[in-house]
Amino acid sequence: MLLVAPLVLYMIVLYALPVVTMLLRSFNDPTWSLVHYRELMDDSVFFNTLVNTLYTAFIVTLGTLVLGYPVAVALVRAKKWAPLIIVIILLPFWTSVLVRSYAWMVLLGRHGLINEALMAAGLIDRPLRILNTALAVYIGMIHILLPYMILPIANALRQIDPSLARAASGLGSPPWRTFLQVTLPLSIPGVAAGGLLVFVLSLGFYITPAMLGGPRDITLSMLIANQVDQLNWAYAACLSGVLLATALVIIAACRRLPGIGNAFKMSAR
Amino acid sequence: MKSILPSSVVGLILIFLAFPIIVVAAVSFSSANYLTFPPPALSLKWYRVYFGAENWLNPTWLSLWVAAAVVVLSTLLGTLAALGIARLPRPLRILVSGLILSPLIVPVIVVAIGVYYAFSRYGLVGKPIALVLAHTSLAVPFVVTSVTATLAGIDPRLEQAALSLGATPRGTFFQITLPLIQPGVIVGALFAFITSFDELIVSLFLSGQGAVTLPRRMWEDLRYAIDPTIAAVSTLTIVLTAVLLGAAHWLRKRSEQNRTLVTSSAP
Repeated sequence: MLLVAPLVLYMIVLYALPVVTMLLRSFNDPTWSLVHYRELMDDSVFFNTLVNTLYTAFIVTLGTLVLGYPVAVALVRAKKWAPLIIVIILLPFWTSVLVRSYAWMVLLGRHGLINEALMAAGLIDRPLRILNTALAVYIGMIHILLPYMILPIANALRQIDPSLARAASGLGSPPWRTFLQVTLPLSIPGVAAGGLLVFVLSLGFYITPAMLGGPRDITLSMLIANQVDQLNWAYAACLSGVLLATALVIIAACRRLPGIGNAFKMSAR
Repeated sequence: MKSILPSSVVGLILIFLAFPIIVVAAVSFSSANYLTFPPPALSLKWYRVYFGAENWLNPTWLSLWVAAAVVVLSTLLGTLAALGIARLPRPLRILVSGLILSPLIVPVIVVAIGVYYAFSRYGLVGKPIALVLAHTSLAVPFVVTSVTATLAGIDPRLEQAALSLGATPRGTFFQITLPLIQPGVIVGALFAFITSFDELIVSLFLSGQGAVTLPRRMWEDLRYAIDPTIAAVSTLTIVLTAVLLGAAHWLRKRSEQNRTLVTSSAP
């Protein structure tokens, strides 16, 4: 009891209270009411930003799933190459989001590597506009969040009894059928955990869309920062409430899915 | 199964993961004044710019100091809490770990403007202490999860044995428990360091003019001038991260070996 007290006190005073007090500004500015939330209903900037944030999170979750699943399978199966694959997954994982977003600026810019390579190969005459588009945001965020998808899936795959797949192929099942009917269904807890993690983390993204996106690729986090800069505290608090509530509702809704209990332990890297 | 997962596909995805980091490192050794790849010639001039510029070195020192203070504070608070959490009654345990781990899921922007809102009333914005206090909240979950994981792997009979052989609770803690959880504590401390050293969003609000951290300085640089200095800085931080990760991995390996030694020597 005594051992936990200092940290609990610290977290209440320096973390929870500041956040809650700030969020309260959305209810009590200037008097207690839901007027700020009601105003959100016919606010088209808010609506478009919310839709864009959710849509981006969805695309990024899908992208990390498609790219992450094969890597997870390879990681679990690899013997000699496993340490190399782990390093390739973990080093970008721990490199700051700022540095990785910057790397994509270098790669995707007008005179970036991708454009130069495509022009040198004669595939295009003029540089493509990739940087400052939604596509650049998707690429950057998928790159940053990919490990959060790979690790839970690899975890789930590792727990599958290998004799099940052997039994299936011993009974004459072709590899693709063994995969679809045995391995894939058993790995669903990992997919659910990874998907939830990536989706929820995507919702809060700020640096990557600000650096790689165009003027229309605004996320909720960017809108919040923007409103704080203009000292619109009530509106910023309102948006923060919506962002936080969205994340919590999604987590609560997925709580009963298999494998979710471990999802947020994974997020502790 | 091999036939339905060509290794070339996996290879391409792994290149997608690793390539951006390799490119940043390559650009940092370029002799060109603008971002171009491959570099026309190799040079160390961007590293020379970095190490010769006060407006790069000062933020670097600040970030290192802030991160060091965060390590001390979060490791101390986090380790104590991890030791205590397991002994709490169940409903309280869920509540407490919910509070402590919540920074992992609460969007950082919400935390950032919350502490900005509170700290600005006490004139803390622009002071390094504000960054230390806020980064510690973000770093604590990593310490707690790391120490808790190590604690779960410890045989409780070791503590019981020490106590039954007449050791005081204090002596048991310092001579048995602490050495056993030490690797988890150090790994947690390393993660806390990286969390603070790389943190940008909270710093954007709390740095003000007086406490500009390295990520904040890089962020400002990216808005105005894109020269390869930032690639050199990025490469240095990547190397630092890699070294710390390597250290964490080595410690984990060593603690696993120690654990098997302890259990295998038990009758």
